[in-house]
Amino acid sequence: MSDTTLSPRSIPDRLESPLASALKSWEMLLALVAVAIFIFNSLATPYFLNPWSLSDATFNFTERGIIALAMAMVIISGEIDLSVAGILALASTAMGAAAQFGVDVPVLIAIGLAVGVLCGAFNGLLVSGLGLPSIVVTIGTMSLFRGISYIVLGDQAYRGYPSGFSFFGQGYVYWVISFEIVLFLVMAAIFYVLLHRTSFGRSVFAIGNNAMAAQFSGIRVRRVKFVLFCLTGLMAGLAAILLTSRLGSTRPSIAFAWELEVVTIVVLGGVSILGGAGSILGVVIAGFVMGLVTFGLGLLNVPGIVMSIFVGLMLITVIAIPIVARRIKSRR
Amino acid sequence: MQALLKHRELILVGAIAVLVGLIALRFPGFIAPRNIVRVFDDTSILMMLALGQMVVILTRCIDLSIAANLALCGMIVAMINAAFPDIPIPALIVVGVACGAALGAVNGLLVWKLDIPSIVVTLGTMTIFRGSIFLLSSGEWVNAHQMSAAFKAFPRTEFLWIPVFSWIAIAVIALFFVLMTRTPLGRSFYAVGVNPTASVYTGIDVGRTRFFAFVVSGIVAGLAGYLWVSRYAVAYVDIAGGFELEVVAACVIGGISIAGGIGTVAGAVLGALFLGVVKNALPVIDVSPFAQMAISGAVIVIAVIFNARAERKTGRIILRKAEASA
Repeated sequence: MSDTTLSPRSIPDRLESPLASALKSWEMLLALVAVAIFIFNSLATPYFLNPWSLSDATFNFTERGIIALAMAMVIISGEIDLSVAGILALASTAMGAAAQFGVDVPVLIAIGLAVGVLCGAFNGLLVSGLGLPSIVVTIGTMSLFRGISYIVLGDQAYRGYPSGFSFFGQGYVYWVISFEIVLFLVMAAIFYVLLHRTSFGRSVFAIGNNAMAAQFSGIRVRRVKFVLFCLTGLMAGLAAILLTSRLGSTRPSIAFAWELEVVTIVVLGGVSILGGAGSILGVVIAGFVMGLVTFGLGLLNVPGIVMSIFVGLMLITVIAIPIVARRIKSRR
Repeated sequence: MQALLKHRELILVGAIAVLVGLIALRFPGFIAPRNIVRVFDDTSILMMLALGQMVVILTRCIDLSIAANLALCGMIVAMINAAFPDIPIPALIVVGVACGAALGAVNGLLVWKLDIPSIVVTLGTMTIFRGSIFLLSSGEWVNAHQMSAAFKAFPRTEFLWIPVFSWIAIAVIALFFVLMTRTPLGRSFYAVGVNPTASVYTGIDVGRTRFFAFVVSGIVAGLAGYLWVSRYAVAYVDIAGGFELEVVAACVIGGISIAGGIGTVAGAVLGALFLGVVKNALPVIDVSPFAQMAISGAVIVIAVIFNARAERKTGRIILRKAEASA
């Protein structure tokens, strides 16, 4: 205290240790929230602490989480993709249509991924090729992609997927560990490396912070953005495979309004909606938080629509807390 | 630039006229006065919401909670009517508008006082409002037989051949025209969107202006909520589900720049009308209703491309050159 009275500004002797700054980080805060929810859930209902229920809980977010990983990169680059659920619906419809002709599992997967990439490339072309604002472009393509599913399917549904196809959404790798959660963690690792350990990842941050400066420092801004949209499309296609396999049927309303849940996971994960900041670790933890909240509330017989109140409140409070804290700190 | 914008709206008028003309060639009944009134009536809510959304978008924000706000206010009004059928309709309208304004103010305060990006705030409040409807109604519907006869009849009452419902929309459009072109607040919406920093130097409180934009959008949503439940004579959790994106689409088609600062009342109204004509024409020309979503999606994409070409001319050219040479 006496030091601060001597000099107008107190300059620390040394920077905070890495441990101390890690403890204050967003990811730590989120992890604490996750632990708190975990403890609350296990106290609130006796059915929660059971390996099989915990395994079931992961299905609540793995598919959304996989999309969120790519969405995080798009948002960090300063864009947004609201068409992911539309892409998912279209990819699922394409797979369903192919399955009616008795196509094999590997071909089905190729179709799902290819439709995803194509839709993503279409978005990317409009956004980076023509320089259009991504929020409106993807609002349009969201209706366009899902609309094509509606034209194809109407009020019908595709069933009759080959038997081997059910593994992706319903299979277990070992005991209670599902294929989906393993795939999610593998994708998370890949995206972690891509965003935090490669020059491509650095350029995504650079674009998000200042696209013009990035342009002048030799980053091919438009190409990077195009790749990001393709990547998001690919992940939406992958999620389409998992969800279609899990449900065993395709309706045009599949994954309706998921885009907003995916964005919620990303923002909850500490990614700045304005671009330029965020981490994959945060997104992964946010995925777990969402999964635990919705599953715990489900065990307590809270209807889905009421759950969404919690998710909405959580989104706003988690964003508001650091802002309020910073303001109180600076006022002192 | 003014000339360019005028040009744009003329193009929209032309597009709507061509569309209507083409349909009328095959189905002359479509341009019968009765049907035109019906199409306008059908599009009234979209037009009003597009105006509210326009004000928010002008200030570089977005209100994704506008449809949920409508649904919550509509449910409140419907439940009051079902419980106390004697409360006169003007009082119900006041209740709807007040609820809408209060919900809009919640959005506005979060954006103003906490500086949270509007897309995050309204994404959150959208789900909170929807959930609140469920809590309020415990998931039950308020059906036509529970509403009073006067409540259901009011928007359908005709005055000078046009339903009261449409008259309200016309009045709202007129009010917005005055607000945007004849008041300091209207000017400040534009100023904040065009250049927030310059606005601060000219003495405009950017946060407060945005707050008012959200309140305006809330008021419109509240009014539209009352109109929706009384016209369709039903209220449940999911009314106007997904409508927020259709409202944004109407704005985009109407030439309102998502980057803020550009847009007119006429543009928003015409954008909404365009979507309304398309929607009403599809069953007439025997296109499956399932195709409607894809068509409006395609229309939005085309409109965005079109908008960008109009806006690009006013943009900074230095950047384009740098990008082209890179």
